Amino acid sequence: MLTLTCPYCGVAAEETELSPGYEAHLKRFGPGSTDEEFEAYMFARKNPKGVHFERWRHAYGCGKWFLAARCTATLEVFGTYPAQVGEPPANIIEKIKARRPEWKGYK
Amino acid sequence: MSEPKSALGGVTAAGFASIREIGPLGMISLRAKPDAAGLAKAIKAAVGTGLPDVRRIVAEGDRACGWMSPDEYLLVMPYAAVAGALEAIAKAMAGAHHLAVDVSDARAVFRVEGAKADQVLAKLSPVDFATLEPGELRRTRAAQVAAAFWREGDGFTVVCFRSVGRYVFDLLASGAKPGSELF
Amino acid sequence: MSTRLAKGGRLIDRSAALEFSFNGKRMKGFAGDTLAAALLANDQMLVGRSFKYHRPRGIVAAGPEEPNALVNLGSGGRLEPNQRTTLTELFDGLEATSQNHWPSLEFDVGVLNNTAARFLPAGFYYKTFIHPRPFWKHVFEPIIRQSAGLGKAPKDRDADRYEQAYAFCDLLVVGGGIAGLQAALMAGRAGARVLLLEQTAHWGGRAPVDGDVIDGKPAGAWVEEAVAALEGMENVTLRARCMAAGVYDHGYVLADEKVADHTPGDGRPKHRLWRIRAGKILTATGAIERPLSFAGNDIPGVMLAASVRDYVVNWAVSPGDRTVVVTNNDDGYRTAIALREAGLAVPAIVDARSAPSGALIDKARALGLRIEAGRGIAKVKGGKRVTSVAICLQAGEGAVIEEIACDAVAMSGGWSPVVHLWSHCGGKLTWDAAQAHFRPDPARPPLNHDGGAMVYAAGAANGAMTAATALPDAVAQAEAALAAMGMKAKRGKAAAGAVAEAVVEGPMEPVWIMPQGASIDLKSKMWLDYQNDVKVSDVQLAAREGYESVEHTKRYTTLGMATDQGKLSNINGLAVLAGALNAEIPQVGTTTFRPPYVPVTLGALAGEARDEIFQPLRRTPMHEWHEKNGAYFEPVGLWRRPYCFPRAGETHEQAVHREVLNTRNALGLLDASTLGKIIVKGPDAGKFLDMLYTGVMSSLPIGKCRYGLMCNEQGFLSDDGVVARIDEETWLCHTTSGGADRIHGWMEDWLQCEWWDWQVYTANVTEQYAQVAVVGPNARKVLEKLGGMDVSKEALPFMTWADGRLGGFACRVYRISFSGELSYEIAVPASHGAAFWAALHEAGAEFGAMAYGTEALHIMRAEKGFIMTGDETDGTVIPQDLGLDWAISKKKADYLGKRGQARNFLASTERWKLVGFETLDGSVIPDGAYIVAAGVNANGQGNTQGRVTSTYYSPTLKKGIAMGLLHRGPERMGEVVEFNTVKGGTVKARVVDAVFFDKDGEKQNV
Repeated sequence: MLTLTCPYCGVAAEETELSPGYEAHLKRFGPGSTDEEFEAYMFARKNPKGVHFERWRHAYGCGKWFLAARCTATLEVFGTYPAQVGEPPANIIEKIKARRPEWKGYK
Repeated sequence: MSEPKSALGGVTAAGFASIREIGPLGMISLRAKPDAAGLAKAIKAAVGTGLPDVRRIVAEGDRACGWMSPDEYLLVMPYAAVAGALEAIAKAMAGAHHLAVDVSDARAVFRVEGAKADQVLAKLSPVDFATLEPGELRRTRAAQVAAAFWREGDGFTVVCFRSVGRYVFDLLASGAKPGSELF
Repeated sequence: MSTRLAKGGRLIDRSAALEFSFNGKRMKGFAGDTLAAALLANDQMLVGRSFKYHRPRGIVAAGPEEPNALVNLGSGGRLEPNQRTTLTELFDGLEATSQNHWPSLEFDVGVLNNTAARFLPAGFYYKTFIHPRPFWKHVFEPIIRQSAGLGKAPKDRDADRYEQAYAFCDLLVVGGGIAGLQAALMAGRAGARVLLLEQTAHWGGRAPVDGDVIDGKPAGAWVEEAVAALEGMENVTLRARCMAAGVYDHGYVLADEKVADHTPGDGRPKHRLWRIRAGKILTATGAIERPLSFAGNDIPGVMLAASVRDYVVNWAVSPGDRTVVVTNNDDGYRTAIALREAGLAVPAIVDARSAPSGALIDKARALGLRIEAGRGIAKVKGGKRVTSVAICLQAGEGAVIEEIACDAVAMSGGWSPVVHLWSHCGGKLTWDAAQAHFRPDPARPPLNHDGGAMVYAAGAANGAMTAATALPDAVAQAEAALAAMGMKAKRGKAAAGAVAEAVVEGPMEPVWIMPQGASIDLKSKMWLDYQNDVKVSDVQLAAREGYESVEHTKRYTTLGMATDQGKLSNINGLAVLAGALNAEIPQVGTTTFRPPYVPVTLGALAGEARDEIFQPLRRTPMHEWHEKNGAYFEPVGLWRRPYCFPRAGETHEQAVHREVLNTRNALGLLDASTLGKIIVKGPDAGKFLDMLYTGVMSSLPIGKCRYGLMCNEQGFLSDDGVVARIDEETWLCHTTSGGADRIHGWMEDWLQCEWWDWQVYTANVTEQYAQVAVVGPNARKVLEKLGGMDVSKEALPFMTWADGRLGGFACRVYRISFSGELSYEIAVPASHGAAFWAALHEAGAEFGAMAYGTEALHIMRAEKGFIMTGDETDGTVIPQDLGLDWAISKKKADYLGKRGQARNFLASTERWKLVGFETLDGSVIPDGAYIVAAGVNANGQGNTQGRVTSTYYSPTLKKGIAMGLLHRGPERMGEVVEFNTVKGGTVKARVVDAVFFDKDGEKQNV
């Protein structure tokens, strides 16, 4: 059972205090988008064995959504960060590259 | 208007810690960013305290202000003081983006008291009480529902939603049964 | 026979005699006994029957690895099946009965399976299941079911209570033997928060039994000092009777504390499940001795050598008068020596090694013990008890050299570290050829959240098999764990690691089959798994039949699948498999170790969650009134809402019909407090709500209400409700009763993660208000009687709201209707809810006020053709399917779900759409019925063209009414379709408008 540290309130919350929100950094496609774009937004989820970016909500705590970078195979957590960003922060990217030199980037 | 009635009418239970429902207690949920204009003034006017740090609750007499999230504060006061406090907040924060709502009736509040009060809560919440700091307001889970608590006097004040007040009281009473001390 | 020795027994208190019973027979033991020790002291070696062949089974071990000695413990509300006698502490009045036998333990008809053993080989179930199929169902299964199963599930309610608790520590040390104590001492002195768990009631593990000398004193004395030192440290917590069951992600460990197993009924919780979060975990879980595979090794009286020693030293119990020791290592000699020192006969030590040498061998020789080197056991003789063993050459095929009379056999096949906890979260193992066992591979530990090691193994659990090596290993592992947490162990004289006297032992020799050239006849009597009756021959058969993977062999033979999870059988089994495959053991590998290490009782897993606190029930402020007035409740999410209020002599259906008619004709009162209420405020709140709802909310005038629909991004309808504009920047959104938290979360998700620059705050104020729907022709009269605000048509027209006072209660009144009647929904602070509800009943008495429940609500809304989220919607329905196009803005460029709804299959005219149905015979269409269509689909199932979504008997219209989705429904008004029925056949219904009652809304607009 995971423990993730909420970047807003600093609580090292265990999984039962959190609710999952699946893949992070999705771009919303609304009216006017092509079927392909909409499909990618709605359905085409990554499911990597390795580095992954996820949304979590500190549901039983401060109620805020945050994002987590972790390895789905070893459960190593590279970091958590607030959700109000378009892409992972540089320090997280650096940490992942240091820990996983073979990693190809988040896109 | 009738007399306000707390969720469980002041029910109590005795065990290795004592449990009692208190309230109705006045509570306001104030949503605003820490840098919102007039916020400090509003809190001062409503409960007489300064802005709490992250995850802290600061008290002033029978009033208090707790940090609930980066843009939410819990103001605690006597039940009858809420209307006045709401007015004061509205005045202090006029023109600044905020939301202040009375949540006094939406909550059930308990006191868990005694030297081993933390052991009752340790049965319900994934919280390390050894590292829970003085004045820390911890929002977490109590068994299957959301709850918040902080150290106060000889024990803890526990807040949950009104509709599950009976459930939380039963949990606390069950956890405090004599003979089930953890240490 | 087995018996109690006249003296000795380090764990028993001879001054405290206890009485207990086994199969009704009264027996005596002492405080400090395990049930297994007490049974042996009463010469009760036979304690059960095996699962498949019902062979007699005796006590084999003295710890959690025991496969045989499982009993039913207690009775009635305290009956527990499958309790390990080796872990059960004796208490006065304990009742135990043996299991898996019929009609009696001594004579069992299931033993016929034994004589049919050659017809029940490995894979019997698979083979039989496949062919001939009818045989399985009609012949084998009924017989097997009748005789199968270990123990019986209790029928009574559990009389005990259980609880759970959270614990946190820097270092969790599992195992209170000398390695665990040493590691805890190191960590405790370093200032770490330490939690030390021991599964038994005693500290020290094997060392005191084995006669080790630590720091110049007997191990027992060192253990006492170590425990006292640890108890003196504030940062160290010790828990005996607490078994770590599983290691999970990020330092999470579950441990089962047997608080009151040994003191039943004393008011304490029976078990406490600890949910531990540890910085690092150190497993000092010791090792388990392996049996040897020789013919007849399952006959009662054949036991593990070290366990025999445990019984003699710890409990002064002799498993037999004459015990033959058979071993492949030096440790077996300790048992021979202990038996001899207790005054018992050891006719021979049968050592598979040709030239054993070392201090223990010398000591045995000095005691005059006969050592048969290079020999093995060809066969054990006996039925329900060993009578003799036949000795042969280990290198041969089993020709008998000599038969030795004995009543017990102590076997030692070497030791396997307990690597379970190391392995639960992915720790890898390495094969230690010298000791012929798997041990933790320190280079591949289970990983923590930071990518570093999460678990460290120490002592015998790490392959350091003697006291002299285990102690320094514990020091080293504790230091490594501390260093990884940024802590430093204290060294120096006072804090130095303990030193045990080294005992020089010779090498062990792996022996997987005894004798090594044994015939098939002998091999089919060599048991690997005692509980599940898996023999050497079964594993070899599996290999011949192509099961090369150890995981497949396990499932094919059921090896290691019993309640002991192969603690004794796994290594022996996979060694036999490796032999049969002509492969190396590490290549074959082990099966996966999964939690729990030892079964955890379901009560502990449920913890406090039973009876009233099984799950949270949400209650409205009026709940007490409902209970007093006979409400029949139904669950709505976690809420309990009155379904109806039956009166004396009424059925639920009659009550519902009465409530509907009374509301339509006089005055109904509904507790609507569960309705979700969310405040949305801010400069961008209007813009936000326009994105959230399919309609336009930004244009809603202050003081007005508007019905709104919310969809998910796929376009499917997710919730609906009335929105009220409170002031320039504030809206109040009503959601469905079950939807408040979900919709609030949905709002916050979009505000926090997509439109975080929009200035909007939300607050879920659902529970702040008690809400009452005052409904019916007399609704206005009762409010006017309460008085305090103008509720006239002119002052408060339909779809408006106003703040005010009614009967002295501060309230907000919404003129909205879900029934088609004149209706007010009135919100008051929850603390006044019960009083307001009572006041309405009192004032309304003269107007026929009567509470109604959710079923009456549902019927009245169906009569009006109003949809209900969850009835008309199921996650595949879009608003357009329900004829709700009027609530969808055509002008808005975007709203959540708009793009999804543009997908061609949703925009198609071929969809099932909402219409009403009236049966031709006036009957009620069954719930869930489908509308049949001609022909069959590719699977040969009848085609359908729609389904019913709401169907009721309308007391107002005195006939069945229904809503449902029908292929191109609105185009087919007047057509007659057929619904299938539960009993078979169909019922005919005409397609009609879904609004059955008061189509023009004359009743509500007054």
